Amino acid sequence: MSRIAGRFAALKAEGRTALIPFITAGDPNPEVTVELMHSLVQAGADLIELGVPFSDPMADGPVIQRASERALKHHVGLHHVLEMVQTFRAVDPDTPVVLMGYLNPIEVMGYQAFAEQAAAAGVDGILVVDIPPEEGHGLLQTLQASTLDQIYLLAPTSTSERIKRICEVAGGFVYYVSVKGVTGASHLDLTAVENKLSQIRVHTDLPVGVGFGIKDAATAAAVGRIADAVVVGSALVSRVEALAERPHEIAAALSELLTDMRKAMDEA
Amino acid sequence: MSGHYLKKHPDKNGWYGEYGGAFLPPQLEQPFAEISEAYDRISLSADFQNELKYIRKHFQGRPTPIHYARNLSDSLAGARIYLKREDLNHTGAHKLNHCMAEALLARHMGKQRLIAETGAGQHGVALATAAAYFGLECEIHMGEVDIEKEHPNVVRMKLLGAKVVPVSFGGRTLKEAVDSAFQSYLKDPVTSIYAIGSVVGPHPFPKMVRDFQRIVGEEARAQFAEMTASDLPDHVAACVGGGSNAMGIFQGFIDEEEVTLHGVEPLGRGTKLGEHSATITYGSDGEIHGFRSLVLTNEDGQPAPVHSIASGLDYPGVGPEHAYLHKIGRVLYSAVSDQQTLDAFYKLSRLEGIIPALESAHAVAHAIRMAPEHPGESILINLSGRGDKDIDYVADNYGYNV
Repeated sequence: MSRIAGRFAALKAEGRTALIPFITAGDPNPEVTVELMHSLVQAGADLIELGVPFSDPMADGPVIQRASERALKHHVGLHHVLEMVQTFRAVDPDTPVVLMGYLNPIEVMGYQAFAEQAAAAGVDGILVVDIPPEEGHGLLQTLQASTLDQIYLLAPTSTSERIKRICEVAGGFVYYVSVKGVTGASHLDLTAVENKLSQIRVHTDLPVGVGFGIKDAATAAAVGRIADAVVVGSALVSRVEALAERPHEIAAALSELLTDMRKAMDEA
Repeated sequence: MSGHYLKKHPDKNGWYGEYGGAFLPPQLEQPFAEISEAYDRISLSADFQNELKYIRKHFQGRPTPIHYARNLSDSLAGARIYLKREDLNHTGAHKLNHCMAEALLARHMGKQRLIAETGAGQHGVALATAAAYFGLECEIHMGEVDIEKEHPNVVRMKLLGAKVVPVSFGGRTLKEAVDSAFQSYLKDPVTSIYAIGSVVGPHPFPKMVRDFQRIVGEEARAQFAEMTASDLPDHVAACVGGGSNAMGIFQGFIDEEEVTLHGVEPLGRGTKLGEHSATITYGSDGEIHGFRSLVLTNEDGQPAPVHSIASGLDYPGVGPEHAYLHKIGRVLYSAVSDQQTLDAFYKLSRLEGIIPALESAHAVAHAIRMAPEHPGESILINLSGRGDKDIDYVADNYGYNV
């Protein structure tokens, strides 16, 4: 059983929903990332989603985009991100780590080299935003032959046929983008999310996570009641941005928000 | 090439050989499927075709003429140089050809708002014009660097009623403007449509923009045959950033193997990464903005900052069909520098009384370079835009070349 599957199985046995924080690797500088990952775990993170900086993130909003920009100022590339995971993994053998990024840096590294190095570093899953299954070009096959889970996004506009196709190739969990638009958008419609989750669960037994638009503990608790995992990204990254010039204060600020969310979700 | 190139390319999923496709996040899959379906259904209908024909003639002022550049040709004592005058198309560039068609498609689809990026501002002005014509809203994303450099076009867009969104991240030029426009479109794909500015982006855009630009090649072929003793030019040249004007004129000649096609890329200040935008000359296979093509990236796979004196060519990717035509050897791609481009800009202005856009001046520079080696032959250039937008920038930075 993969680390991700194991973690979800354990949570299910406890009747709890997974809390998945997202931060961009190297934001606001590469020195703090591993420390932030550990503090997220202490604050209640069940999995960690780590963004691989990319200069042209077409599906991300300004908050995540600026995070990439801050990291890229320090030239944080895919190799560095894998080194960070390896350093994290040396201390924390249990918490699953999922990388989220865009295709081109992986292609430049080489699919096979990436799959091997990522697995060796202790990465558990990979979410490539801009690669639908049709345009696989060998990446999907390479990943399928590896130990890495392939995480896929589904959107409110995804058709039933599309959901079925994605669920056939997905691993680890399925990530439902709960609002239209880019990361960091607002206006979460819970009833609509619940309906879509039912539609997704027809096609898969994998856990279904919900992200985009989860800004506070109340929303996290509400989503946590209907989803298997709650992903929180822009709300955390906004805090990183606000403290970019005072990086030693970031861990406490992220922990505060995450602890509130964890508490609200567990009480819900 | 065995004829019917255009019917065979792309395949139904938008692939030109190994380039093209649609590398979309799931949030964009359905909106793009909608555009694709609408394009296939609506664009070939008699209603659409007739209205577009009317617009081309009575609003755009087509057909644009071909001009024999006698003084320029005589000065080079080589090939005869002809100019397809897209600078005389309404709004001063070829961009209106696809913008009017994209806006017409948007109206047939019931969309209320057009969103796009712009580099030099030519596509932005053309789309704002189309939006005004059809009574649609228009939102143009433009890098802050370009806003400063291309001030007249910013004023034009605003006068035409468009909202100009300044893009303040990254290199603050065309690449970031595309990111910003995509993000805006993602927020509201139901009432909006993304009207991309070149033969780039996910399928069906490269095909759609190509098809809407085909008018340039069709006209040019007939006009050239009418005004000269020969049916076909020996060479056809066009500048290539994303590559829309080049795809437009190439389509008139692509099945005729005896016509040599030239794509001219911006070499900028030099051959080092970051100093040019010559994607085909120096790029490698990769993905950017939802399509697979040749891309200029750094060693980490990040699309690189690029440079060209011509903002409209300042892009680290290139239309996937150009990557394919390069791969199969049908089009010869080469690059000219900022300096060669400026020389051509001054030369065409003085000798022919035509101030070209800096983008188009790249193609002129290439023709000037090759003309002496091809006496007795003909070179047809797509003069894709006029240089009014560039005059202050050139005069302030490089003077009048007196």
